[in-house]
Order: sequence, then structure tokens, then C-alpha cells
Amino acid sequence: MSTSTPPNELHELSVSALAQALRERKLSALETTEYFLARMRQHQDLAAFLAVDEDASRAQARHADARLAGGSTAPLEGVPLAHKDIFVTRDFPTTAGSRMLAGYRSPFDATVVHKLAEAGAVTLGKLNCDEFAMGSANENSAVPPVGFDAPRPVQNPWDRARVPGGSSGGSAAAVAARLVPGATGTDTGGSIRQPAGFCGITGIKPTYGRASRYGMVAFASSLDQAGPLARTAEDCALLLSAMCGPDPDRDSTALDRPAEDFGRQLGAALDGLRIGLPREFFADGLAPGVRAAIDGTLKEYEKLGARLVPISLPRTELAIPVYYIIAPAEASSNLSRFDGVKFGHRAKDYADLMDMYKKTRAEGFGDEVKRRIMIGTYVLSHGYYDAYYLQAQKIRRMIADDFQQAFQECDLIAGPVAPSVAWKIGEHGNDPLADYLADIFTLPGSLAGLPGMSVPAGFGEHGMPVGLQLIGNYFQEARLLNAAHRLQQATDFHLRSPAGF
Amino acid sequence: MSVPLIHGYEVVIGFETHTQLATRSKIFSRASTAFGAEPNTQACAVDLALPGTLPVMNREAVQCAIKLGLALGSHIALESIFARKNYFYPDLPKGYQISQFETPVVQGGEVSFLLGEEQKTVRLVRAHLEEDAGKSLHEDFIGQSGIDLNRAGTPLLEIVTEPDMRSSAEAVAYARELHKIVTWIGICDGNMQEGSFRCDANVSVRKPGAPLGTRREIKNLNSFRNMQQAIDFEIRWQIEELEDGRAIEQATVLFNPDTGETRAMRSKEDSADYRYFPDPDLPPLVIAPEWIEATRAAMGELPRAMAARFVADYGLPAYDAAILTQSKAMAAYFEAAAQASGQPKLASNWVMGELARRLNAEERDIAQSPVGAQQLSALLRRIADATISNNAARQVFEALWTGAGAEVDALIGSLGLRQMNDAGALEKIVDAVITANADNVAQYRAGKDKAFNALVGQVMKASKGKANPQQASDLLRQRLA
Repeated sequence: MSTSTPPNELHELSVSALAQALRERKLSALETTEYFLARMRQHQDLAAFLAVDEDASRAQARHADARLAGGSTAPLEGVPLAHKDIFVTRDFPTTAGSRMLAGYRSPFDATVVHKLAEAGAVTLGKLNCDEFAMGSANENSAVPPVGFDAPRPVQNPWDRARVPGGSSGGSAAAVAARLVPGATGTDTGGSIRQPAGFCGITGIKPTYGRASRYGMVAFASSLDQAGPLARTAEDCALLLSAMCGPDPDRDSTALDRPAEDFGRQLGAALDGLRIGLPREFFADGLAPGVRAAIDGTLKEYEKLGARLVPISLPRTELAIPVYYIIAPAEASSNLSRFDGVKFGHRAKDYADLMDMYKKTRAEGFGDEVKRRIMIGTYVLSHGYYDAYYLQAQKIRRMIADDFQQAFQECDLIAGPVAPSVAWKIGEHGNDPLADYLADIFTLPGSLAGLPGMSVPAGFGEHGMPVGLQLIGNYFQEARLLNAAHRLQQATDFHLRSPAGF
Repeated sequence: MSVPLIHGYEVVIGFETHTQLATRSKIFSRASTAFGAEPNTQACAVDLALPGTLPVMNREAVQCAIKLGLALGSHIALESIFARKNYFYPDLPKGYQISQFETPVVQGGEVSFLLGEEQKTVRLVRAHLEEDAGKSLHEDFIGQSGIDLNRAGTPLLEIVTEPDMRSSAEAVAYARELHKIVTWIGICDGNMQEGSFRCDANVSVRKPGAPLGTRREIKNLNSFRNMQQAIDFEIRWQIEELEDGRAIEQATVLFNPDTGETRAMRSKEDSADYRYFPDPDLPPLVIAPEWIEATRAAMGELPRAMAARFVADYGLPAYDAAILTQSKAMAAYFEAAAQASGQPKLASNWVMGELARRLNAEERDIAQSPVGAQQLSALLRRIADATISNNAARQVFEALWTGAGAEVDALIGSLGLRQMNDAGALEKIVDAVITANADNVAQYRAGKDKAFNALVGQVMKASKGKANPQQASDLLRQRLA
């Protein structure tokens, strides 16, 4: 980093470079925040942000400056970030992309938000996402983005006619367009990895239970997991280290494992690393351009000393029906609290209690959410529970066992994040199955609760980014980030920026 | 042992009891459980089901479940599962209740008690942990119903029996025994008015030997008296329906204490599909065997064991032992008085008699008795050594109760109640009474027993109550023989 960073290039700096410049007092948190707020306004037509509050962000920045003046060495002191609008925040409204929560203000911060603030981060605003994190393209957001009166799809900075992926589409688009150096996301069935891949950035979903779910608007409790999106593996390590840790008083599913420095072995050599390539991830449905990009990246790994090992994850295809039973089942119950009684949307006119419920939920939820509530209600119903939900849970365990089998033969698993590059906005039209099928490579790891990440692997069809997915065994985040970092030292895909940004 | 029949029908009753656990905070949040606060002042973000909130198990509630399981001889599951019971209601903030469904924490066990002289045992199916809902306040609240979520998330143990009871009296005796146990082991304050101990009775009738009849569930019986009335009404109603040729339909009914009647509030057709499934927000509840053993070691003697010991060690009748072990405080009081006086049966009579009568009359707890166990035992010693009569002892007790005095021997002296054990003095009084009551003497000799009692009364009166009544009547009979 140059010692006199021109203020008009702050968006080129990584999270760690910004943090260092702030610690060295070469930048103030306030000027950094002002810079990114201006940049966010300049590019608000990407529809990446759902809420900003410039005064709130400035106030946070001033506090960071005061701490910096006091010698704070907090790892993210003064670094501006933005949060997926699934995380509840005190300083900003939280909608989860839904009309149901229009104008909702949480009285508390999500644990992840709180931990990042403790690490010194300044919140720039809330990022667009699919409604209740249900979607693979961010086309299901029902809330008008900042600067607009009506909901509109988030644009992929690489081709603004294309989707950024989902459900953390706003997070991925904002990071790819350098509107923020890093962002939070959540991943239930691929919602960090897939948009990171579609937007050519780096994202990691840790082992289920690493990060507290307290304050994440719940979609599917047994799958939801928070993680960071940034441009580099190094930044992801820095952010993830700040986000994770036990939360025994608030989340019983958060693991009792102390926070770690996930960047501690970033530079370790990859000699002898066994990278497993699941046969099922390289089958016919894979777009040739994606395949070529992945193959090229795998060759880089061989050059770095890794060994490629063929493996099998035989139940990969089953992950789709299993996921689309379990996730909607949990969602149908998690979303019951949105009933118009206590908070959020309530229908204006209604005849009685039942009418109030019906109208409130009919008005408040979008089509995809309703679809999943109906699927979930159906599979939990008396007489269907055993055939669907219980059966799905059994296969889920078998999928997890398949991974353990595979990890006997390899240290990491690699493959594409998605079968294709980002599709065009509206291209899947009214075909939810097309979206569901596109999740095929991210779902197995989610069902097993394994850590997984997306690393820029070049470009495929239409010059769109391709993401390499790396899946590790439980608690192997540091190893994943190490593998990603070494690749990024050998390649420059993660440094490319979309034209105009 | 015969099964009581009513108009040729056998009654079958099972109970479900919601026991509110005496924890300071709620089952899945840190909000207070104190009763009677202003609406919605004891509901935190978790109780309100605000987006992003999650349940965290209250260890204290689990401890209560372990205690109950130990007290009832149940199996305590080392791993049990919380499930979601999904339904919409305004006082159910999450749209589901967290409860235990397939794998409850307490499994099996039994409650034994005396019904009159007969020993009865009711088997338990299970007891499971769950959260309470809030309350809907339907009295006009700015033109709408109000919701108070103070109670939402209050920990409950739902205790479910087999359909083992055969009469309303047995059902009430079971409920009383269970009430005694949960208060004895300190997991519930037992306050039925405040809803801390809520019983639902499943009632059906059948001809002896026939399969179980269709049951109706009577909800929220909030006093023992209501319980008996409600069940009796329900039994009569069901028998009349059957006798009139109508079938019983499964239903939930409410008891109206004003009319003494039960009325259906919903029928089975309305029953919801609760879509139970394991709550993914809560890992299985794991109880280490060491936790159970530590709890067992700290539990103290249970009422049934204590009652058996009272029979064995003090020679009390089983009935006395059962009454004296109604509460820990009463049992402790009895035992202190019995040991200090060396007169267990006398102590039992006084604790169950005079003391209980006075406490009941003034609606006091035994802990607040003005007469302590040591004072009572001093009094009992004086009865036993014939210093005073039972009647005189009541006067001393009265003085102790009202605070007129604190020391038994001093009161006996100051009240002049020392029993006349001097045979010569008593003979003089007896002779004087015979002389002065010629009418009564004549009537007695003519065979009228009443007249004899009048003579004894005269002797007692003349002795100012100090005569030993037994001695007085013995002497009278001698003299008049």
C-alpha cells in the first residue's frame, strides 16, 4: 500500500489494507465512511442496498476514530462493511427483503453484527437479498432498494442484465462493484457461495454452528449459517475470525468452540494436499465454459503441489429433493411468527382473526415464500411426515456420511459452485425448479453442515465469472482459506474488476 | 377390591396436569416468571418471538423435571427431544409451542395414595417439559382483545397419567397427592388460583368389561372442589346420554363453577394438525447420569417414605402418617413435637386436631403457628404425666396461641389447671356432689346414664376442672354401686 493513498482509490483497498491504513492513522474512519457512502450513492442503480442511514454510519465512524485515537488495535477498527438485510440491526431497519417486515426496527443487534462492531467495523447499510433468503438470483426481493420506489432485481456488476445470484445477491454485487470492501451474508443452501461465484468474489460459509444465528431472521434453522464475502481469502479470514465464536446465552446451536484466527495458516504450502474431485460435480449438465475455468484452476493447484484425487459423492442429486423438503419444513414453522399480531405487516381491513391472518400473510409474503411455506406445511402434515420429512432426514445423514467417506481419500473437495454462470434477469421466469436445480453443487455441503467457499476461478460463458467451490471437513476453515489464498497468490482473477467499477 | 359402578357403568379417568415450575426465569429466555406484573412487562425479545431470537434451555427447569422423575420413580431420559407444536393463536408468539413430543424427559412412574383406607396407585405415562402460552384478554380493550405475554415461555411440566382412576373421589385424591409431591419437592408453588397447578381430566364411562368409552376432556380444573363437581357432572351427563341412546363424541369441555355444569368448547372435528417436528433450534436435551445422582442425593425424604417411617418408627396408624406428611413443614413440626415429648400418638392427635383446627380457622400456614413444636411438646409431656387433663391442656394451648403466656408449666400454675391427683380430696368432692344432687343420683340408680354424666360434670365443676375425669367417674361409680 502506498503511504499516500489517493482518496479516490479507497475502493481498491482490501479489508486488511484499509484496516492497516486506519490503524496507522493514514485514514480516518469518517473519511473512509464518507468515501464509501458517496460511492454507494453513485452506484445505487445496482439495487444492492435496501437501507442506508448516513448519519448512523457517520456516528459509528466517529466512535471508531475516537477509539483509533485512543490506540485501538481492534482488527477491523474503522473499516466500513455492510450487512445482508437478514441480520437484525439496531441502527438500521431490517426487512429480510420482505414486505412483511417493511419498516421493522430491531431492538438489538444480531450477534454477528455485534461481534463485527466489537472488532471495530462501521456499518454502511443493509444489503439486498431474496425475501427471507429464499432464492438463487436475488429476484425475490420485495423491498424497494435505496433510491427506488419499487422492488427491483439486484444487478450483477459484470453484466447488469444478469442476476448476481442469491440469496446474498446484494452482498456479492456490492463487494464486486467495490461499494464495500466486505459484507456479511448467510448461506442456507449456497446463498454465500453461489452469489460470490456469480460475481467473481470470495465467500465462505463456515461449519454449521461456528457463527451464532442469534439475530439472523431464520429461514431454515438447521442449515442457516453466516459468513463473509470479500474480494480475497485473506479478507474473508479476517472477517470470519471476527464473526465466529460461541454464544451460549443466545443460540443453543452455536458450537462451544472458541473463536480462532482463521488466517493463521494462510501462507502454508500446499505440497501433498489431496484435492478430491467428485465425479458427480463434473457431469454432463456442467456448462463448458465453467468446466474449462474450473479445470484451469485445478491445474494451478497441481502446480502448487496439490494432488487431484477422483472421488464420488453418490447422493449429490438427492440433495435437491432432500433440501427442498427440510428447508421449507423448517421455514414454514419459522415464518409462523409473522402473523400480524406483534410486529411487521398487518392487513388494514379484516373481518375477524382468521381473516386478519389470511390477509396479512397473503399481502406480506411473496410468491416464493408462500410456495415454500406450502411445501413445508405439506411435508410436515399428519400422514406425510414419515414419507417426506423423516425420509429426507435419513438421506441427509447418508449424504453427510458420503462426505466422511470421501474425506478418507482427500483433504479438500473441489468443484464448480454452480453448473453455469449467472443467468439473465428474468430468464428463469416462473420456473422455480430451474433455480432449485442450479443449487445442486452447494446443497450437499449445506446438508452435511460442512464449511465451503467460493474462490474466483476465471471466466466462463459470456465472460461471466466462475467460482471454484472448496469444501472442507468440519472445522477446516483455516485449511480452506489457506488453499484459497495460495491460489490467489498464483492467479489474479480476484483482482479483476468489472468494467465501470 | 371392587370397582365402583354408577348405574351399572364403570368410570374411567385419566389426568393431564400442567405444573408451573418454580424457576425464576422462563424456560427458554431470561425474563422473570413472577406472577401478577403489569401486562407485557415480563416478556423479553425471545418471548415476543422477535425476528432473530432463539430459545436457550433453562437448566433450572430441567432440574425440576429430574426431581419429579426421582420422586415418582420414573425413568429419566438421558436424551430427550424438544419439538414444535405448530398452530396459530394470538397469544402464541412464535406460531408454535416448544414442547416434548416423541421423547419426553420423564417416562413412566407412579403416584400412590390412600383413598379412605385403600391404597391406590395411578401409573404415569410421562411428564414433559414445555413452554406456556400468553393470555388473551377478551374484556374490551380499546375495542379489541388484548394479549399479555408475561406468561409466555413460563416453564411447565405436563404430567400425564394412564386412565387408571375409577371415581371422582379417586381422581381428586390423585390430584391432591400429586399436588403434595410437587410442592414437597419444591418444583411448583402449588397455587391453583394463579394457575400454577392446572388439571385436565379425561373422563369416559363404559359397561364393565367393555372397551374404553369415548372420552371428553375437562379443561382447567382450578380447585379440588371444582374437580370433583365437574367430574361428577360429566359422569352423570355421559351416562344419561348413553342411556338415552346417544353416542358420546370426543370433545373438550369447560367446567362452569357457577352452574356446576360442563359444556363442550370444541369438538374433535376442529382439532388441528400440529405438524410436530423436532425443533432445529434446540439440540437434544442431554442429562448426565451424574446430574441425576447429585439431584437424588440432595432430594431429602419423600412424603411416602416419610409416612412409612412414621408408621414404623412411631407406631402411627397409616392414616395419621398420610395426613402428617401432607406438607414438609407439618411433618417436621410433628416429628419435632413427637421426639421432644416422647408421645408420638399424642403429638399426632394434637397436630392433626387442635393445631390443624386453629390453623385452618385463621388460614395460617404451620410455619406461622404461634405455638411452636417445643411448646406443644412441653404441653404433651404434662398430659402424659397426668399433670393436666386434655381439656385443661386445651386452655393452656389457647393461652399459648393468643400469647397470654409462653411457658407451659407457668401457665398451668397461673391458670390453676393442675389436675387433682390427690385421692382424698377427690373423695370429698364426690361425696359432696352425691349429697347435693339427690335427684340425679336417684335417676342414675333408675338406669339413666345421662344423670351419671351430669354428676361427673358436677365433680369437674366443683374441682374447677382439676379432677381427672376418669378418676372422678370411677370413684362415682364405686360410691353409687
